[in-house]
Amino acid sequence: MLSTGYPNVAPVNMAPTRKRIVSSEKTTNQSVKKAKIDLSSTVERILESKKHANDVFDVLEVLQSEKEKDVISAVEACSTLFCSLLERKDLFMGKLPEEEEALSGGYSAEEKFRIFMRHRYKNSVEILLDHLSHELHTIKESALCCLIKFATAEGQHPLENLDWSEHYSFPRELIQAVVDNLLSKTADNSLLISRFQEFLEMDDLRYYVMSSIRENVGRVMEQNKGAVMPIYQNNVFTLMSSISVPNEESELSNFMVKQDAKQKDWKAAKLNEHKRTFERMWLGFLKYKLPSSMYKRILVILHDSILPHMSKPTLMIDFLTAAYDVGGAISLLALNGLFVLIHQHNLDYPDFYKKLYNLLEPSVFHVKYRARFFHLANIFLSSSHLPVYLVAAFAKRLARLALTAPPTALLIVLPFIYNLIRRHPSSRVLIHKPDAENDAVEDPYLMEEKDPAQCRALDSSLWEIKTLQRHYHPDVAKAAMLINTPLSDQEDDISEVLETTAHELMEKDLKQSQIKSVPLEFETATHLLKGGGDVLGQHFCLV
Amino acid sequence: MGKAPKKRSLADKVRKTKTSTEIKNNPFEVKINRKKFDVLGRKSKHDVGLPGVSRSKAITKRKETLLKEYKQKGKSSKFIDRRFGEYDTKMAPEDKILQRFAMERQRTHEKKDVYNLNEEEELTHYGQSLAEMEKFNDLVNSDDETEEKGLLSAELTASHFGGGGGLLKKKTPGEPEAEGSQRAKSRQELIEELIQKSRQEKRERQVQKEEAQELTEKLDQEWRSIQALMVKKTPKAADADKKEEKPKVDEYDMMVRELGFEMKAQPSEKMKTPEELAKEEREKLQKLEADRLRRMMGDEGGASTQSQIHMSADDLNDGFILDKHDKKTLAYQDGKWNIDEEQQGDEDEGGDDEDQESEEEEENNEEGEEEEEEEEDDDEEEEEKGSSDEEDGHSDLDSEEGSENEERNEEEEEEEEETSAKAKTSLTKEELKAQQEAAKAELPYTFAAPESYEGLKDLLHGHTPDNQRLIVARTQKCNHPSLAVGNKLKLQKLFGFLLEYIGELASRSPPELATVDKLIPELYTLCQMFPDAACKAMQGILGDAAHSMEEVIEVKGHATFPTLDTFVYLKVTALLFPTSDFRHPVTTPAMLLISQTLTKCPVRSLQDLASGLLLCCLAVEYVSFSKRFFPELITFLTGTLHLAVQDKSSLGYTVVPPFRPSGKYSDLLVPSDSESWKSWSKKSLPLSATQNLDLKTDPEIDEHRLMCLSTCLDLVKRCCLLYKDLTSFTHIFQPTRELLSKHLSSQTLPGPLQELHSSILEIIGDAPATHSRLVFDKKKPIPLKLLTPKIVEVLDYGKKRGSTREDKEKERLKHKYKKEFKGAVREIRKDSRFLAREKLTEVMNRDAERKRKVKELFGSLATQEGEWKALKRKKRK
Repeated sequence: MLSTGYPNVAPVNMAPTRKRIVSSEKTTNQSVKKAKIDLSSTVERILESKKHANDVFDVLEVLQSEKEKDVISAVEACSTLFCSLLERKDLFMGKLPEEEEALSGGYSAEEKFRIFMRHRYKNSVEILLDHLSHELHTIKESALCCLIKFATAEGQHPLENLDWSEHYSFPRELIQAVVDNLLSKTADNSLLISRFQEFLEMDDLRYYVMSSIRENVGRVMEQNKGAVMPIYQNNVFTLMSSISVPNEESELSNFMVKQDAKQKDWKAAKLNEHKRTFERMWLGFLKYKLPSSMYKRILVILHDSILPHMSKPTLMIDFLTAAYDVGGAISLLALNGLFVLIHQHNLDYPDFYKKLYNLLEPSVFHVKYRARFFHLANIFLSSSHLPVYLVAAFAKRLARLALTAPPTALLIVLPFIYNLIRRHPSSRVLIHKPDAENDAVEDPYLMEEKDPAQCRALDSSLWEIKTLQRHYHPDVAKAAMLINTPLSDQEDDISEVLETTAHELMEKDLKQSQIKSVPLEFETATHLLKGGGDVLGQHFCLV
Repeated sequence: MGKAPKKRSLADKVRKTKTSTEIKNNPFEVKINRKKFDVLGRKSKHDVGLPGVSRSKAITKRKETLLKEYKQKGKSSKFIDRRFGEYDTKMAPEDKILQRFAMERQRTHEKKDVYNLNEEEELTHYGQSLAEMEKFNDLVNSDDETEEKGLLSAELTASHFGGGGGLLKKKTPGEPEAEGSQRAKSRQELIEELIQKSRQEKRERQVQKEEAQELTEKLDQEWRSIQALMVKKTPKAADADKKEEKPKVDEYDMMVRELGFEMKAQPSEKMKTPEELAKEEREKLQKLEADRLRRMMGDEGGASTQSQIHMSADDLNDGFILDKHDKKTLAYQDGKWNIDEEQQGDEDEGGDDEDQESEEEEENNEEGEEEEEEEEDDDEEEEEKGSSDEEDGHSDLDSEEGSENEERNEEEEEEEEETSAKAKTSLTKEELKAQQEAAKAELPYTFAAPESYEGLKDLLHGHTPDNQRLIVARTQKCNHPSLAVGNKLKLQKLFGFLLEYIGELASRSPPELATVDKLIPELYTLCQMFPDAACKAMQGILGDAAHSMEEVIEVKGHATFPTLDTFVYLKVTALLFPTSDFRHPVTTPAMLLISQTLTKCPVRSLQDLASGLLLCCLAVEYVSFSKRFFPELITFLTGTLHLAVQDKSSLGYTVVPPFRPSGKYSDLLVPSDSESWKSWSKKSLPLSATQNLDLKTDPEIDEHRLMCLSTCLDLVKRCCLLYKDLTSFTHIFQPTRELLSKHLSSQTLPGPLQELHSSILEIIGDAPATHSRLVFDKKKPIPLKLLTPKIVEVLDYGKKRGSTREDKEKERLKHKYKKEFKGAVREIRKDSRFLAREKLTEVMNRDAERKRKVKELFGSLATQEGEWKALKRKKRK
């Protein structure tokens, strides 16, 4: 226990390292005692009379202990202590003088106490911020909750003078510090961030968090000269993706800090301001180079959780076109955002279909976003104003690629091609060209040609579908059989089959309740490796 | 209201006064509904109506209901009759009364019972108090008399009429005489006579009874003598009698029996020559093949009732199938022997023995049969052993008589003949012989079917693969469905357990594939016996495998290659079920599983590659007959070849996922030292290479790589041959061609692979590149419209045609609704009319009353006036 008065404390607290310098002996001594200290009673004592003010050091010490339980109880104690101090206005308001200065300066005893307490408050906040990067999640979480409580209390009982009329009381510094600590450069904070997400329900907090993120990203990326920082950017993305701006101004009602008179003029209460900040935050983030997996994650959520909340979605064009040009899966994903821009914001994209055509690679059938891609491609190609050569090129290319596709993809592609032909009856020559029936030709289609206008798809026929009539899966073979007769007028609904998985396809056969009589193999099985042409037996042996 | 009854309608009066027949006969009451068409044989309920009766009925009903309601209108209080069952029309009035009485009794009883401790309720029987009945002495003493009470009295009366003389009694007595006698005798006499008669009767009956007993005893004795005929031992007492009778019976019996046996005997099929057998077999196979082709084309039509495949005679390795047919032939043989025996016995001994003999023999043979079933599968081996050996085998039967032994030998000899007729024996027989002999020494012949998977494991634990197979085979035979009721289920379960067991064997390390291999024939047999159960079990396994993979894919986007047991299951599927069907409940999912594995599992090690190639082999096997197109197979093989390409800088082809153009695992097949490739010879990959490989040195790894590569090339070649006819053949194999010709030149490959390499390129090069354009199938010309009227046979006159069942039902309901609606409207109208009439009568009654009263008043006034005037006149006078 420190029996001395204030002066004794000063050197301890003013350490620039933000850590309390405590001699090792002291720690060991006190750690034993600490366990016995009932923190809540300590807090009560401090709150009761100013005589016990020095006990606050005990609390701060426990706050820094190694043990998880101690820390958590200390955090709770801190929060009750300082919140009630803030409520009582027992913390110094206005610009905080240096501690030594305060001792020497002409402050009254009351003011000296307040200055002292304000310094302890500052210390505890620093310790708590440090705890945000603790190894244990429980400590992180409780520290975060405590800091948010502080912020709430500070918002209601501001520590600064409110004389200046244009000033809105909000603990901006505290929030900035929390955000800075959340967006760690070394550790993945996604768990903590998801906890933090709960607090983002509060509209003003969200507003200030957004501007803090923007500031933080700008600062950090400048420091690193725009180099890719996977962990940091991942943290930023996790935090940003959890932010969503409400659609109506009337929904902005959940405030952490109530501004009495000036509520209406407050920026945090305006939807437009929110949107603008949101937009600036994202643009600030996307300005820098990102890891490629990050692109995918952004593009996945872009169209429905970013674009609608921006005040000017067209600002995303640069990002989207860049992503579309990357190729592969990223291009596929960029399609969705582009679609929103083209559809709702009148974006004119030159050579869009040519690029779409070039996106068709064998991998299209194997990527995770297959359903999304075909859904969009279906929409893009549903226009009846497309030239026939383009439609034919798409149909032919898809058919060619279908030669490498798994059955689930084939069940999408075949109806897709049929729909194309149905929408553009002049492309029917692909499956029906009666004039030149007798003379055999080599396929004139040029697979390597990048330009759909030059690929001579219209001169070709869909022999690939003819091949697929011999596919091993009965559904695919049946679907491919359709080209033998004129197609029906009704378009097939692709959306039903987009999400089928191989297992679902399998279930269809497995779950058939009435099996009449199962046909059996009549060639007697004798050995494991025999039978079926003996392919297995030729290449493999039992041992 | 006093006048109301008088105002009854005419119809009411009629109904009340006349009986129903009277009404029906009255032509004025009856209304005959005219029919439009008279249909013979149709009965109509409504051809005659009684309007008066029905009207009066309706009116009374209204009076009971509507009128009451009307009278109650505007009244708040109501009279409710709470008597039990008062409104229950279903109850008969007697019942009502009874119930009410019972309830009443109960009520009083309950009330009383609280205080009434001693007094019991009076018990009755048929309404008479039991206590009363107990007081009477029971007059009926002996049960004999009670039985024949009626008879006695009848006879007594007869004696009455007959006059009582013993002789006279037999005559039918005349009535007048009887009357006369009756009159003559006094009452006392009569009674005396009666008593006498009854005594006499009694005596007579006793005598009868004695006689009957004597007869039964006699019958019993006789029966015993007959019984002795059946049972071998003749009772000594009856012996003498029988010897006299015997010769006759015997000859006849002989004849009958012989005839009987001949009747039973059925001509067995004559022994077929090997050529005939072969021909039959071929025909069967051809039929099956045609069936397979039909299914491959996906024709749904045609009888799909494929019976279980009949084992040909030379199918020895899959065991014996017990047929009813076999039993019959045996019975025939038995019969023959029996007759021989009988004839012999006839000469030697008395015919008595022969009956029993034959019986015993039959039993014997049955036992032999059972034995036979067990032994049949061993016949193969046993064949070459001496007869002494065989007798050892049957040692448990040796307790039989010597003569039977001989018979048995005979039997076995015939069996041997049968088996020798069953054509060739298996080649491995010689080698196995020693082992099997040892096995036979320890293995029991019967096994109970295991009830759980653990049971099966315990059963098979610690046995050699061959023994395990033998155990399973014997279990299967001992529990053949034809032997007991529950066996079918047991064997179906056994199939599931065996599958599970195979999976476990394959997933052990090292995998015990030799055992799996041995168990395949058993699985096949069981599958043939229970196709549905086998299908279910296999589907379950495949479904689980696919499901677990799907779950991994959903989380990670890709999966790891499954373990060896899945591959074994896939192979077993191909062995048990036809892979060429257009759609098959087991093999179609199996192919999907292969496809899923080949597309979703990235190759990250040589083990993975071996797994992939194994799956490719399976895929080729699956489609080898049907020549169906398997895109994943080609892409995987191309990807595998890509792994062997050294320089991956400029590719003229695209690599399909799960392979990547370049990356960590894309050099798996690139040799570390290309010189070592030169000295290489083809070997088979072990199946366990899919699980773990321990290759330490570079040359070893290189060798493994070469084996993979050669497998891959061979599969490519097979695929090329399979898909030669596909229209897009060149495009399908374009990447392969590019790869082989430009990136994987044959110079770097060892000799055998170079050949493969060049032959593949040759096949691809030879394929025709030109195809005729696609056109729709020619439609069948639509036939011209014919002007002849369409004649349809009408089978149901008067009914609406050309509508479905739902339509008819709808129509019917509509009609019913209409009818009901009309009826309801009519009823309502009648109700209102009734009410109006009722109101009118009320008003009229009231008016009449008023008039009457007014008249009365006037009358009284008039008399008053008259009186007054009279008085006045008097006064004047």
